[in-house]
Amino acid sequence: MSSILIQNGTILDPSQKLERKGDLLVRNGKVAASGNNLGKADQVIDARGCFVTPGLIDIHVHFREPGDEEEETIASGAASAVAGGFTSVCCMPNTKPALDNEAQIEFVFQESERVGLANVYPIGAITKSRAGKELAEIGSMHRRGAVAFSDDGVGVADASVMRKALQYSKMFDTVLMQHCEEPTLSGGPMHAGLMSTTLGMPGVAAEAEQLMIARDLLLNRTIGCRYHVQHISTAWSVELVRRAKRDGQAVTCEVAPHHLLLTDESCRGYDTNFKMNPPLRSAADVAACIEGVKDGTIDCLATDHAPHLAEEKELEFQNAPFGIIGLECALPLYVKALIEPGHIDWMRLIELMTSASAAIVKLNKGTLREGADADVTIIDPQRRWTIDAEQFASKSRNCPFNGREVTGRPIATIVGGAVKWRLQ
Amino acid sequence: MKAATAEDKRWTRKHLLGLEELSADEIRFVLDTASSLKEVSTRSVKKVPALRGKVVVNAFWEASTRTRTSFELAAQRLSADVIDFSESGSSVSKGETLIDTARNIEAMGIDVIVIRHPAAGAAELLSRSVRCSVVNAGDGAHEHPTQGLLDLYTIRERFGGKVEGKKVAIVGDIANSRVARSNVWGLTKLGAEVMLVGPPTLLPRSFEQLGARVTHDFDSVIGEVDVVNMLRVQFERIKSSQFPSVREFTSMYGLTWDRFQRCKKDVFIMHPGPMNRGIEIQSDIADGPQSGILQQVTNGLAVRMAVLYLVTQVGG
Amino acid sequence: MLLRFAPAMRNSYEPADVQRIIEQLVARIAVGFDARKTLNIVGIRTRGEVLAQRLAAALAKQGFAQIGRGVLDITLYRDDLSEIGPRPLVRPTRIDIDIDAQPLLLVDDVLFTGRSIRAALDALSDFGRPSAIRLAVLVDRGGRELPIQPDFVALTLSDVPKDHRVNVHFAETDGADQILVEPKQ
Repeated sequence: MSSILIQNGTILDPSQKLERKGDLLVRNGKVAASGNNLGKADQVIDARGCFVTPGLIDIHVHFREPGDEEEETIASGAASAVAGGFTSVCCMPNTKPALDNEAQIEFVFQESERVGLANVYPIGAITKSRAGKELAEIGSMHRRGAVAFSDDGVGVADASVMRKALQYSKMFDTVLMQHCEEPTLSGGPMHAGLMSTTLGMPGVAAEAEQLMIARDLLLNRTIGCRYHVQHISTAWSVELVRRAKRDGQAVTCEVAPHHLLLTDESCRGYDTNFKMNPPLRSAADVAACIEGVKDGTIDCLATDHAPHLAEEKELEFQNAPFGIIGLECALPLYVKALIEPGHIDWMRLIELMTSASAAIVKLNKGTLREGADADVTIIDPQRRWTIDAEQFASKSRNCPFNGREVTGRPIATIVGGAVKWRLQ
Repeated sequence: MKAATAEDKRWTRKHLLGLEELSADEIRFVLDTASSLKEVSTRSVKKVPALRGKVVVNAFWEASTRTRTSFELAAQRLSADVIDFSESGSSVSKGETLIDTARNIEAMGIDVIVIRHPAAGAAELLSRSVRCSVVNAGDGAHEHPTQGLLDLYTIRERFGGKVEGKKVAIVGDIANSRVARSNVWGLTKLGAEVMLVGPPTLLPRSFEQLGARVTHDFDSVIGEVDVVNMLRVQFERIKSSQFPSVREFTSMYGLTWDRFQRCKKDVFIMHPGPMNRGIEIQSDIADGPQSGILQQVTNGLAVRMAVLYLVTQVGG
Repeated sequence: MLLRFAPAMRNSYEPADVQRIIEQLVARIAVGFDARKTLNIVGIRTRGEVLAQRLAAALAKQGFAQIGRGVLDITLYRDDLSEIGPRPLVRPTRIDIDIDAQPLLLVDDVLFTGRSIRAALDALSDFGRPSAIRLAVLVDRGGRELPIQPDFVALTLSDVPKDHRVNVHFAETDGADQILVEPKQ
């Protein structure tokens, strides 16, 4: 295997609390050295003015394969990932059929390897067919390498099933991820509030999310399974997690870029690219999510990349599917939401997108230590650009941020010691 | 021959999607136009050639005999050709999307689509996808602007041209009512005081932020209002347990004879129809001298003529 | 037979001139109808309406006993909207009289292409069938596009350039009586 020398950048590695001008040498798929005068390499990348960071990790994406390959495949999703600076992603099991058995888990690994872009790690379903009734073969899937378990798209509504899942998964020390949405309080295409009243659409109450978080935290209090709240979106949800952490519970949570930047006001005009689940919430909820990131209640950032075809989205708001894509514009959106207003610095942002994410799914990644896997992202923090969904590598275009002026962009993505993407 | 006057420029909209987006002046302009057009229906020849050669399509994805008939007659009185495109037997049931269906209709060379659809925002979605004018005849629980306008027209007519300062109670299932929303926007813009009355399950507090007063106690406001607009009870709401029974609803929110007696002497009673007699409104009140229910229907025709005329006056 | 008042081209007629012009028009109309019978007078909005009011008042003084009055808004009957631009403003038409089987005097301020009159004739036919319709205008400025001619006219202006307009102002609507020949702005 070849070697790459990344020169003149600023190495930013939160896992080592390292921020230093210098070079990084990768060889044979591993980080070989960092510092100055590291000698010659087969390939040299000039990273002047750029950050050289551990490869970005997204623990929440939907790649639609098998079942909806016209929206996204593991191949197109992985291409989208590297174009957004992500070297590893964890894909949700709500495919058709669901990733609820060993063979499906194996399929994702094989396809990821065949494609050879980003590392794609499967997340197995908690229940068979994500139906919420019977536990899926969590043990077998775990052994085969599933990095976490979730019925994402829906929450596990039945309390007794969820309790069994927590009890059962505890023995593998894996993480149960919950899409928190109490179905009996749900059913609307947007957040319940003034805007849903104005637009004449039924709303999803914030309590639908909060109720399931509170229930799960209660169920898990004596069990102690690792429990992760996916795409947190309301103020009280953040507070519930904050209090549980204070009590020493094994809980983590993630937040998506749109829940840090947009409110339900965006639904005015009925543009279905602003329809996602959980829905865009109030300004107070957005502020609470940002506060959660600042004080560490929110553990990591994840996109909830959810591709849909234009035909599917070009419907009446209440009939269109939920979800937006996020991989290729996530980084500058986090910059806009968190760095530009001064909430956190670059070191913390990269931590939330690398080592913190890796820790939740126990990936031995997210670091530039010598000997680590050579997953590296080179980021130009000053680069100004306009998000153009037409240029995305993803098969889908459902991006509400299309046309936005943003700052900060990956310019090269290295996975396993090989350059998988460079900005043209 | 004179150039278009400043007054002519008071209407510049190609579509009518809702009353929220209209200014008070625009609303008054539609009402004034309707007032001019009302005379046409009193002639022996009830027809003017204003829209001769234009084609109006009634595209109704939801059954509504009254609104559809009213639009049809309005278009005919203006000499437009009218095509009816209703949900039964159309490609809607064959899985075609709203946009595809609309583009297909439009390809036949039409000037106005009047759309009724169960999804909120359907009219706006349509207006972004076609080149012809779009008139919203009711989209989900969002808006029903021509109903709002005809209610305003009827109130204005009843009170000698004045809507400002009038107290109007709208009673019933507010949360799921597009009529209530269009009324709230229209009435508040023209300076009326709107009181929304219904149980909390059918009347979220957020309506206060739209400029209306919210109360759950009909009896507490009954004596002070100038207009009572009773909404139709939707029986399917009982199944979703938004209220326990029709009997309980009637006892708390129905316009009973007893409540009617406690109203102001010259109170004006309205209902968008179709009525559930004996449920939200007692029959003899609906048919009584203070009822404006049939005037609403008559005025609906004039208002819809005005809307069809105005949207077709705006080019490209 | 038409008598024509044809002074040299002038750009404006002041109140006294207008007064005199209207009197001439009244005189001509008075000899054209039988004062003992009903005469319906219908003005075309907006200036024709004012002129019709003046004519009706003056004819009443001259012994016309039964004058019926009406106002036509011809917006909904125009065929020239594409040329003059959209006309959203529609004012009420008021013909509360029975116009059947009696003479009707149609009144407008300026006769130009004839299209307004055609629209007015269409509109009138939706209200009934007068025994005869006569046309009275204050100013005939020429430039006809339809075979329509006035029966009574007070002021004939030939050679008004196409890019000029003839604006009639009345005290009731504009503050003072005036006829102006002005370039289009």
